[in-house]
Formats: sequence, C-alpha cells, structure tokens
Amino acid sequence: MDNDTEYGTRIDDQETFGLEFIMQLLAFANPTRFLKFVQVVLRPLAILAIATIAAGLYLGFVAPEDYQQGSTVRIMYIHVPAAWLSMFCYSLMAISALGTLVWKHPLADVSAKAAAPIGAAFTLIALLTGSLWGKPMWGTYWEWDARMTSVLILFIMYIGLIALWKAIEDPILAGKACAILTLVGAINLPVIKFSVEWWNSLHQPASVLRLDGPTIHPSLLTPLLISAIGFTLLFFTLHMMAMRNEILSRRIRTLRLKAAAAPITRQPATQEPTS
Amino acid sequence: MTLGPHAEFILAAYGACALVIVALTAWILFEKRSLEKTLGRLSARFEASKTDKNS
Repeated sequence: MDNDTEYGTRIDDQETFGLEFIMQLLAFANPTRFLKFVQVVLRPLAILAIATIAAGLYLGFVAPEDYQQGSTVRIMYIHVPAAWLSMFCYSLMAISALGTLVWKHPLADVSAKAAAPIGAAFTLIALLTGSLWGKPMWGTYWEWDARMTSVLILFIMYIGLIALWKAIEDPILAGKACAILTLVGAINLPVIKFSVEWWNSLHQPASVLRLDGPTIHPSLLTPLLISAIGFTLLFFTLHMMAMRNEILSRRIRTLRLKAAAAPITRQPATQEPTS
Repeated sequence: MTLGPHAEFILAAYGACALVIVALTAWILFEKRSLEKTLGRLSARFEASKTDKNS
C-alpha cells in the first residue's frame, strides 16, 4: 500500500510540475504579456548577438588557413550558420504549425508567419555564400546535385508560404492553410540533411554534427561554433521583432473591423421609420 | 593577414551576407514604425468615437 501511495504521490507531483510548466508557457500565449517580454529582452539579446557574431568572425579571420582550401575556408563561418539556421527556422515553423493545428496556441501562427521571411533570408545567404564558395573550390557556381537542389526547394517553400499568407486575408484561415503546407514541406528537412549520404553529391558530407565527432580541427571549429551561436541569437532577435510586428498588424486589423462594423450596428437606431 | 588568390569570392560572400541581414533588419524596423503609426492613429480615432457615443 505504501508503495502504491508513494507511486500515486509521485504521479501527482509530476502532474503538478507538468501543469505548472504548461501554465508558464500559456502565460506567454497572451500577446500583451509577450510584447512586454520582448521589450525587456530585445535590446540585450541584440547586443549579445552582434558581440558574439563579431567575436566569431574575428576569430575566424585570425584562425589558420585550411591546408587544401586556403583562405577560402573563411566563407564557412557565414555559410554553415546560415545553412543551419535555414533548417532550424523551418523546424521551428513546423513545431508552430503543430501548435496552430493541434493546440490552437494563439501565438503559434504569429510565430510561424514571422519566421518565414527570416528563414528565407538565411536560406538565400546559404545559397549565395555556397555558390561563391563553390566557384573557386569546385569550378562552378551551381550544380543540380541533391544538397543544393533540396536547399533551393526549401527556399521556394519559404517564398510559397509567404505568398500564401499574403493571398488569404483572414489570418486564422491563412494560419491553418500555411500550417498544413509547412508540415507537408517538412519532409524536405531529412532530405537536405541526409542528401549527401543518400546520393553522390558534389557537396561535402557533414563534418560537425557526426556520431563519431567533428572532423574539423579545433582551431577552425571554435570560431565556427561561436559564429553559429551568434547567428542563432540574431535569428531569435529578428524573430521576436517580426512577431511583435505581426501582433501589431493583427491589432490594426481588429480595430479596422470594429470601425467597419460600428456604423452598421448604429444604423437602425438613427433611421426614421419609413411608414 | 591576406585573403589569398580568391579574395574577391570571400569578400563577395561576406558582402552578400551583410546586405541580406541589413535589408531584413531595416525592413522589420521600417514595418514596425509604420504599424505603430497606423495603430496610434486608429486607436485615437476609436477612442474618440467611443467618447462621442457615450456623450
């Protein structure tokens, strides 16, 4: 019996902890509370992001050259974080899509909509810097190989989602439609990640996130990781700024709808009977 | 520190990255200013109409 009681108590504790955690998450579901949080956090986060990126890029430029690629390896310090963020951003949008469709979280589609242009920008950076790295190393700016083509598809997905959000006026309906398309497009993420292993690709295989550890020398890996942390902080800064804009935009829409509805509700009271 | 024989590719990559990030940040900030202006104007008009209705 004691064991049962103890087991029951443990379950209760876990449930209480779970409920508290959910309540804390739901506290940020309130847009007003979220805007206050952004106001406090944004400036320090932006300063930290800029400082970390500056440190990462500085260390990248004073790091030794690669024995094969020479100084061209310095493109890695912007290309890899951008490529990583292009996938991270889409993963965040896929989680937000679940938040919209399953939990109907009020900020989920705000988060997804705000993230799309930022994800598109980082994907564009990954494509441009990859192309500029490819020309001196591979002798070509572009090759229709699996990695490059799947990243291009990711970029097109971002553009398609932005266009779909613009095409549907009702934000709730737009959020649902885009959430479905986002989840369908998420199939591209493992294709991008494993494309270099599944097919013969001009692109090199993974050299940082590997089961047997990174294959890059620590003198090049350290600046790369610092740069990646800096760009990730920049992503969160921009995402919060864009989410704030989206909340303001929805408030404007609500006020416009109220203003448009006001004369209709007042009309019967001011009109004289016609008989 | 020298950038070697492919310096133009390295500089072009960093330039493109900076350009995209600056353009994105400027767009977000410009949009924020425009939205705040519109929201302020609409809120003032909405409050004024509520006051008129009450009086």
